[in-house]
Amino acid sequence: MAYPKQFRYTKEHEWVDAKDGNARIGITDYAQHELGDVVFVELPPAGKQLASGKTFGSVESVKAVSDIYAPVSGEVIEANAALQNKPELINTDPHGEGWLVKAKLANPAELNSLMDAAAYDAYIAEKQKEASA
Amino acid sequence: MRYLPKSPSERQEMLAAIGVKSIEELFSSIPEPYRLKKPLNLPGPLSETEVIQYFQARAAENSAGYTSFLGAGVYNHLRSVVTDTILQRGEFLTSYTPYQAEISQGTLQAIFEFQTLMCQLTGQEVANASMYDGSTATTEAVLMAERLTGRRRVLVARSLHPEYREVLRTYAKNSGLKIEEISYTAMGTLDLNAVKAALREDVCAVVVQSPNFFGAIENLGPLADAAHGSGALLVVAVAEALSLGIVKPPAEADIVAMEAQSFGLAPSYGGPFAGVVATREKFVRQMPGRLAGQTADQDGRRGFVLTLATREQHIRREKATSNICTNQALCALAATVHLTLLGKEGLREMAEQNLAKAQFALEELEKIPGVRRTFSAPFFNEFTVELPRSVKLVNAELLREKIVGPFVVGSVYPELTKRALVCVTETTTRAEIERFVAGVRHALAQPL
Repeated sequence: MAYPKQFRYTKEHEWVDAKDGNARIGITDYAQHELGDVVFVELPPAGKQLASGKTFGSVESVKAVSDIYAPVSGEVIEANAALQNKPELINTDPHGEGWLVKAKLANPAELNSLMDAAAYDAYIAEKQKEASA
Repeated sequence: MRYLPKSPSERQEMLAAIGVKSIEELFSSIPEPYRLKKPLNLPGPLSETEVIQYFQARAAENSAGYTSFLGAGVYNHLRSVVTDTILQRGEFLTSYTPYQAEISQGTLQAIFEFQTLMCQLTGQEVANASMYDGSTATTEAVLMAERLTGRRRVLVARSLHPEYREVLRTYAKNSGLKIEEISYTAMGTLDLNAVKAALREDVCAVVVQSPNFFGAIENLGPLADAAHGSGALLVVAVAEALSLGIVKPPAEADIVAMEAQSFGLAPSYGGPFAGVVATREKFVRQMPGRLAGQTADQDGRRGFVLTLATREQHIRREKATSNICTNQALCALAATVHLTLLGKEGLREMAEQNLAKAQFALEELEKIPGVRRTFSAPFFNEFTVELPRSVKLVNAELLREKIVGPFVVGSVYPELTKRALVCVTETTTRAEIERFVAGVRHALAQPL
């Protein structure tokens, strides 16, 4: 699956799709693949403050429960309610229907410190090389 | 577990294989001052005959031939040899917590049956595979309420078992959880007005035991309404599980923390016990411990799996829902077998006998001048009475008659001196109750 060009990415495999001071946040195709079948998602309610680099929820797969880290600081506007009944959207459409939260950015400049699609692609390739070494 | 002794030549062989000359050299990386210079302070080895004699002597210390009126969290109930026979099957007795769970279908099925029984008894939707005991289950229930609500204060009934409160205090000591104790009324039940006054938006749970430590049965409905009204959860602890054979299940509770010792576990040396946490399904992901689930394999045959293990400490480390994942599988099995043998009718009948005998004992005790019932709330198989003199002195007299007397309430509640917590179960005969009452009457008539 191709990594959308307009997104920004973290080393913890979250993506941010920012526009006009707001952003959608999710986990990448690589992350969902590593996790396996997602069975439950814990997300913060609207109004919750996100702090860049801190956990704000968790994704439970059949293998493990993994924390999700906020790629940027801000305030949650909406959590993806569809995931409560269909957590598998994270597996089938990680960059689209499987988004986790929408947030209002506190500091849009934080986006500059994240990877773009090309850098993330290279980062993943490196990971996969390590894993197969 | 097998014990495999090693001969000196085998030790030498092992040391040679890893390239050291002696045990001392093996431990040379430990700095000199931290090494023990003398032999461990342990008794020497014993022969097989001596070991058997030792344990026979210890077994003889058990209070055989005594009649007990002591409860206070540990209850003497009838047990069937069927329970022990099943417990002692090697497949159950020697197996450890299954980490490759699905190959242990028998163990998982036993746990699944246990969970089902615990749900039926507590009126809750899910129950875990057991915990150490009622005290740790109660603490885990509070920690669970803390995670669910994000609040850091808990209101605890002073009538909750003193040892349960102590365990909770130990956990809370360094975690930032604030504990506020709420007193009891003249009825012996939790003071609802005091609860309402103490409820604020930082309270995660109200914790109440029923029947409580004094034996009083709590009215849970109004407590649940009060707690829920301020966004807190109601945690109900049950120390005497047999009471659920006759008392309405605590379905109003958000979390039930139970001690299942009454179901098939003898009160030998105070243990082992089996704790239970039961809750509503929507809270299941914050429930500590493990859960066995029923499913079907690819050919459609019934099978059992371990669910929620992803939140246990061997996978989730410091973020685990609990750091006591080891369930009391064998004790839970005892409870399962015991309850299956009794059946619904048998359980009710056993509970009714407790109620009737305790009622009879109270009526007989109240005939003694100066003996008064302390609390007016309904009770199950335990009640509190005031004696005209020290309970300890009375108990010393009773012990001479081979009667283990009631719990000395003043030893943990300074405001309740001369109060005795009397427990009467189905194991106590009418003649024994009469002998006990005569013993109390006699002890009180002794010159001081």
